[in-house]
Amino acid sequence: MLKQIEGSRAVAEAVALCRPEVICAYPITPQTHIVEALSEMVKAGELANCEFINVESEFAALSVAIGASAAGARSYTATASQGILFMAEAVYNAAGLGLPIVMTIGNRAIGAPINIWNDQSDSMALRDAGWIQLYAETNQEAADLHIQAFRLAEELSCPVMVCMDGFILTHAYERVDIPTQAQVDAYLPNFEPVQVLDCADPVSIGAMVGPDAFFEVRYLQHHKQLRALELVPQLAEEFRRQFGRDSGGLVKRYRCDDAETIVVALGSLNGTIKDVVDEMRGQGYRIGSLAICSFRPFPLTEVRAALGHAKRVVVLEKCLAIGIGGIVSSGVRKALSGIVLKGYTVIAGLGGRAILRKSLRALFENAERDDLEQLTFLDLKWDIVNRELARMREQRRSGPIAENILRELGTVAARIG
Amino acid sequence: MLLQPIKFYQTGTFTIGNRLLAEGQRSVQANMRRTNSLNSGHRACQGCGEALGARYAIDAAMQASGNRVMAVNATGCLEVFSTPYPETSWQIPWMHSLFGNAAAVAAGVAAAMRVKGRRDVKVIAQGGDGGTMDIGFGCLSGMFERNDDVLYICYDNEAYMNTGVQRSSATPPLARTATTPAVGKQPGNVFGTGKNLPLIAMAHQIPYVATASVANLRDLETKVARAMGIGGARYIHIHVPCPLGWGSDPADTIKVARMAVESGLFPLFEAEHGEETGRYRLRRRVPVEEYLRLQKRFAHLFGFPPDARGIAAIQAIADRNIQRFGLLG
Amino acid sequence: MTMTKPFAITLDPGSSLANRTGTWRTQRPVYVDRLPPCNNACPAGEDIQGWLYQAESGDYEAAWRTLTLDNPLPAVMGRVCYRPCEDACNRSKLDAAVGINSVERFLGDEAIKHGWKFAAPGTESVKRVLVIGAGPSGLSAAYHLRRLGHRVRIAEAGPLAGGMMRFGIPQYRLPRDVLDAEVQRIVDLGVEIEFNRKVTNILDTMQQGKFDAAFLAVGAHIAKRAYIPAGAAARMLDALSVLRGMEGEEKPMLGRRVVVYGGGNTALDVARTAKRLGATEAIIVYRRTREKMAAHDFEVEEALQEGVMIKWLSTIKNMADEGTLTVEKMALDETGFPQPTGEFETLEADSLVLALGQDVDLSLLNGVPGLAIKDGTVQVGPNMMTGHAGIFAGGDMVPAERTVTVAVGHGKKAARHIDAWLRGGVHAPAPKHELAEFEKLNPWYYTDAPKTVRPVLDLARRTSTFEEVVQGLNETNALFEARRCLSCGNCFECDNCYGVCPDNAVIKLGPGKRFEFNYDYCKGCGLCVSECPCGAITMVPETI
Repeated sequence: MLKQIEGSRAVAEAVALCRPEVICAYPITPQTHIVEALSEMVKAGELANCEFINVESEFAALSVAIGASAAGARSYTATASQGILFMAEAVYNAAGLGLPIVMTIGNRAIGAPINIWNDQSDSMALRDAGWIQLYAETNQEAADLHIQAFRLAEELSCPVMVCMDGFILTHAYERVDIPTQAQVDAYLPNFEPVQVLDCADPVSIGAMVGPDAFFEVRYLQHHKQLRALELVPQLAEEFRRQFGRDSGGLVKRYRCDDAETIVVALGSLNGTIKDVVDEMRGQGYRIGSLAICSFRPFPLTEVRAALGHAKRVVVLEKCLAIGIGGIVSSGVRKALSGIVLKGYTVIAGLGGRAILRKSLRALFENAERDDLEQLTFLDLKWDIVNRELARMREQRRSGPIAENILRELGTVAARIG
Repeated sequence: MLLQPIKFYQTGTFTIGNRLLAEGQRSVQANMRRTNSLNSGHRACQGCGEALGARYAIDAAMQASGNRVMAVNATGCLEVFSTPYPETSWQIPWMHSLFGNAAAVAAGVAAAMRVKGRRDVKVIAQGGDGGTMDIGFGCLSGMFERNDDVLYICYDNEAYMNTGVQRSSATPPLARTATTPAVGKQPGNVFGTGKNLPLIAMAHQIPYVATASVANLRDLETKVARAMGIGGARYIHIHVPCPLGWGSDPADTIKVARMAVESGLFPLFEAEHGEETGRYRLRRRVPVEEYLRLQKRFAHLFGFPPDARGIAAIQAIADRNIQRFGLLG
Repeated sequence: MTMTKPFAITLDPGSSLANRTGTWRTQRPVYVDRLPPCNNACPAGEDIQGWLYQAESGDYEAAWRTLTLDNPLPAVMGRVCYRPCEDACNRSKLDAAVGINSVERFLGDEAIKHGWKFAAPGTESVKRVLVIGAGPSGLSAAYHLRRLGHRVRIAEAGPLAGGMMRFGIPQYRLPRDVLDAEVQRIVDLGVEIEFNRKVTNILDTMQQGKFDAAFLAVGAHIAKRAYIPAGAAARMLDALSVLRGMEGEEKPMLGRRVVVYGGGNTALDVARTAKRLGATEAIIVYRRTREKMAAHDFEVEEALQEGVMIKWLSTIKNMADEGTLTVEKMALDETGFPQPTGEFETLEADSLVLALGQDVDLSLLNGVPGLAIKDGTVQVGPNMMTGHAGIFAGGDMVPAERTVTVAVGHGKKAARHIDAWLRGGVHAPAPKHELAEFEKLNPWYYTDAPKTVRPVLDLARRTSTFEEVVQGLNETNALFEARRCLSCGNCFECDNCYGVCPDNAVIKLGPGKRFEFNYDYCKGCGLCVSECPCGAITMVPETI
C-alpha cells in the first residue's frame, strides 16, 4: 500500500511485517524514529507476539538480541555511529556465533568530533566483523531490504545489517509502497534455527576454540559470505517476482554498458549521481553509475563485469580510511585487478557536508578530462585547513582543532577578554 | 530463614545428606539422581570453589524448575574451564557470549521464552565477580532496572582469576593480587575501595537478593529454590574460594569459605524489594585472623612483626557486618 | 530433533567426560575404616560403633544381634559396666560422651521384652569343653564356644548362675529377673549348667567327662581377712557372705548401726544394702581419701545421696563385744601412703562388715603340672591358656582388672583360642585398624546435642526398697543418644564426600553400600578428606 511516510517509519512498518519476536534498542540519532515507531506498535498491540525491550546501552541492545536469537526468537535492533562502536564486541560475537540478527544502521559520522549527520564511517568501521552489509539507495529499498535481510540471515545463519543514510533517508518523507502481511509471510517463513537453546536437546553454545580449530571456524564464516554472493541475487529476484519491483541485489548498473566514465557509490548518493549522469548524457558524455548494494560480501565479479570495459572509474565515498584514503575504492580496485584503467577516489559528504549537484557535475567533468587527483576531497574548505595548519605550526599548545575552526566560522563565541 | 534446622539426627542439616533423614529432607546434592549439571572432566583447578558453587546452584535450580533451566555465562574461569572445544561439562542448554553482557543476553533469552509462551523455562545468568561487578555492571543494572525475569548468580572469588589473579572491585582490602602486589608501603589492596554488589542489587529494589556460600550448601539450595519460585530480576551472590588465587590448600576450600562466614566477613542474608528479610546467625564465631591465616594472599600480614593494625582493620569490617546484619543473637 | 550444530562453537553435553582429569593427581583419596576409640576401649571387644549405627535407624534387633556377637549379656552390662568406652568417646571433646551404656541397656531390655533368641550355631562339632563357673567369664566363654558349635557344660559350685553378678552386685543395681533372662538365653542356645557341682580336681573331672579342653572361671570368692582382734560376741562378717546372703530367703541381720571396712565398690554395695535393710547408720571406714578410693566416684555419690557416711583416713584396730570399734586416724605421707597418727577414737556398731578384697580358691588346680601361680592368681598367655595345655582360664582368677566386662572379654577371647586349639591351629586376631582420634574428625558437622541423663529413682524410694536405682532410657531418648554417636572412623553415609567433590568424582552406590571414588576424574584435591565428619577417608600418594 502506498504511503507518504517518513523513511524511519517505513522501515519500522517493514520490520513489523517480518514478525519479529524480540526487539531491543537503545536510542541514538538518527535511528530513533524507527525504534519509537516499533515500540508504539508493540505497546498498542498492533505488533503481536513481540517483546520490546528498552535497554540501557547499545552493547546491551545487541546482547539482548544475541540471547533472544540463540533461544530461537527472530530478533532485531538498530543503531548508528557511536552506538555500533559501543557494541563492537557484540557485533563480532553475533557473527562468530552465526546468529541471524537483523540490524538497521542509520549511517552517521563517528566522533570525535561528535557529529550527528550522515556519512558511512560507522558501518564501514565494522565492515570486516562478518556481518552481511546491504546499502539502501531509497526509502523504498530500505524497507524492502529489511524483508530480504531476515530471509537472508536465517537461511545463512549470518547476521545482516541494512544501512541507510541518516537524515537523508531516515527523516525524509517519501512515497513508499508498504507490502501486505500476506506478501511478507509468503516470502519470509518462520525462523528455523541451526542451533538453539532447548531444554529437550541441550547444547553448549560459545565454546572456547583454540588454535586447533579457530581457523576453520573463521573460514566457515567467510564461506557463508561467499554463499551470500549467490543468495543475495536469488532473493532479490524472488522479491521482484513476488512484490513487483527491483530492490536489493548485489549491484545496480545505470547506463553503464557503453560508458567511458563510471561513478561508483553506496547508498542515497546514487540518486544525486544518477541525476547528474542523466544531465551529462544529455550533453553527450558517455557516463554511467554503479550502485553497490551488497558491500559485504563484496561482489568482485559483478563489479569487474560492470566496470571492466570503462576508461575511468570514479569512486565516491562517504567515508575515509584515515592514513590511506578510500575504503570502497580498495574493493573496487581489487575487483579490477589486472585491468588497466584510471581510477579516482573522491571523499565527500563527511559529517553531513552536503553533496551538491553542481559540485558533482564539475567533478565528473574533471574526471572526463582526467583532470583529477588520485584522491580528492570534494568541497573541502582548504582555507580553513591551511589556517589551522599555520596555527599548529606557530605554537605547541594550539588548542582543540574543532573549536578553533568553529570559532573561525563564528559558530562559537570568541574567548572572553 | 525458612530452612528448618533438624535436630536429633546426628548431623542435622549440617551435612550434605543423612541416611536417617527422609529423602525430601536431604539436600539436592545428596540425591543419587542429581542432575550434575556441571559434570566431570572440566578443567577447573583442584579444589575449585566456583566449580562446586556452580554445580550446587544449577542442580538446585534444575530441581526447582523440573529440569528446565537455560544458562548464560560470562567469560571467566567458569566459562573457560567448562567449555574448551571439543569438550563441554554442561548438561543443560548453555551459552557464552561476552565478558560484560551475560545479564543482557539472559534478558534476551528470557524475552524469547516469554514470546514463545514458555514461562516454564527458567533463565539463569552466571558470571564471576569481575564479569558481574565491573565490566558487566552496566548490563546488570539494566537487567535489574527492567526487572527482567532472570536469576543472576555471581560467583565471587574476589579477583580476576582466569586472567591471572588481578584485582577486581570485589577484592578485599589488604589482599595480594597480581595488580595489588604485597610490596611497598601499602602491600596488597587498599582500604576504602570496593563495592558491595548485594547492597547495590537491593538498592534496585528487585524482588530477591541473597548472599550464599559453598560452605553452607543447605542455605544455598534454599535460596536458589526460593529465587526460582519468584519472577522478575533476582540476584544471588555466592562466595567461592579460589585455592590458586587465594593461596589456600585445595582441601581447605570449604573450610576457608566457612571461616569467611563465621568471622562475619561474608554475611549470609536475604532481601526482597530492598528490605532485608533474613540472615544466617553465626554458629561458631571466629576471629578474622583464623580466616586470613589460611590464605597466602594475606601472608604479608603475618610477617615479623605482624601487621596488627591491618588485621584489626579487617576485624573491624567483620564487626561492622555482624552489627549491621544482626549476625549474632 | 538433533540440530546440525555449527562447527566448534557449539558442543554436545557430556563431551567433557572424554577428559580424564584423574591424570592430574599426585595423591588419591581412599576410604578407610578406622578403629573407634569406644571399640578400642571396650574390654569385651564390642563393635560399639557398629551396633550404635544400627540402633540409630531404629533397627534394634539388628543392633542387638551385632552387639551379642561379642557380648551375650547386654542388659546386665548396661547396668554394671563401668563404661571405659564412654571415657574414650570422642564426643566428650564436643559436649559429652555418648551414653553408650544407656543404649546398650536399652537394647538388652528390648531383647528381653521381645524375647529375641540367639541364632543356632552354624555347625556342630564333636568337641567337648568344660567350663568351671557360671559367672560372667564362664557364661561368656560357654556362649562363644557354643556358637562355634562345640558342646559345652558349665560346672557351677553354687545353686544359681551368675557368679559375682548375682552374689556380689546388689539387686538395686542389677535386678535378678534381668540376669535370669540373659542366662536362660544362653542355656537355650544349648549350654548345660550343672549346679551345686564344685570341682575339686580339674584333671580328674576332665578325664571322667571326656572333655577335650577346659576353661576355668571360678572367680575370686574368698574374702580377704585382716587381723582385727574381736570379742567372742562381736558380730564381724565379710562382705561377700553378706551379699551372698541377700540372695537367700533369710536376709542377713546387720542391726541398726553397720560399719563397713574397705574402700571398693563392694564396700559401697554393702553399705547401701545395709541402709535398705533398715540400718539407721551405715558408715564406711576407709584408710585413705575419696580420690584414692577404688570405688567409682559416681557410686560414692549415689551412696552419699542415700545417706551412707564415710569416715576417711581411718583404720579399725579392734572390736569389743558390745560392738565398740577402736578406730585409728591415718594421715597420708608424701607417697600417698596412709600412716598411723596415734590418735584414736571409738565408733559404735551393731555389726562390722569387712570388704577388704577377694582371693581366688585355687584348690581345684592342685596337682596340675605346668601352672604358674603368682599373687594368688593363675598366669595365662595371650591365648588365655595356662601353663597346662588344654586348660584355659579367665575372669577374676587371672591377673586383670576385676570387672564383669573384663571377664566377659576374657571368655570371648578364650573361646576363640580354645576353638583354634581344638582344631590343632592357632587363632591369630585380625590386625587392628588405625585409631580414629578426635583430630581426624571434622566436628563442625555434628549437631549440638547434649547428653541425655538417665532418670534416677528418687531418694525416698531408693533407701527403702531394692528397686533399681538407675533406670533405663525410653525409646526416644535411647534413639537420641545413639544418634549422638559421631561414628568415628566409619562411614555413616552423610553424603559429604559425594557432595563436596567439585569434579563429581564420587559415586554414590546406594543406601548401605557407601561410596566409591571415580579415579578417572578425581584430581586429588582432598576436599573429601577435609569434610568427612568421621575421618573415614585418607589421602595416599600416587605411585608412578
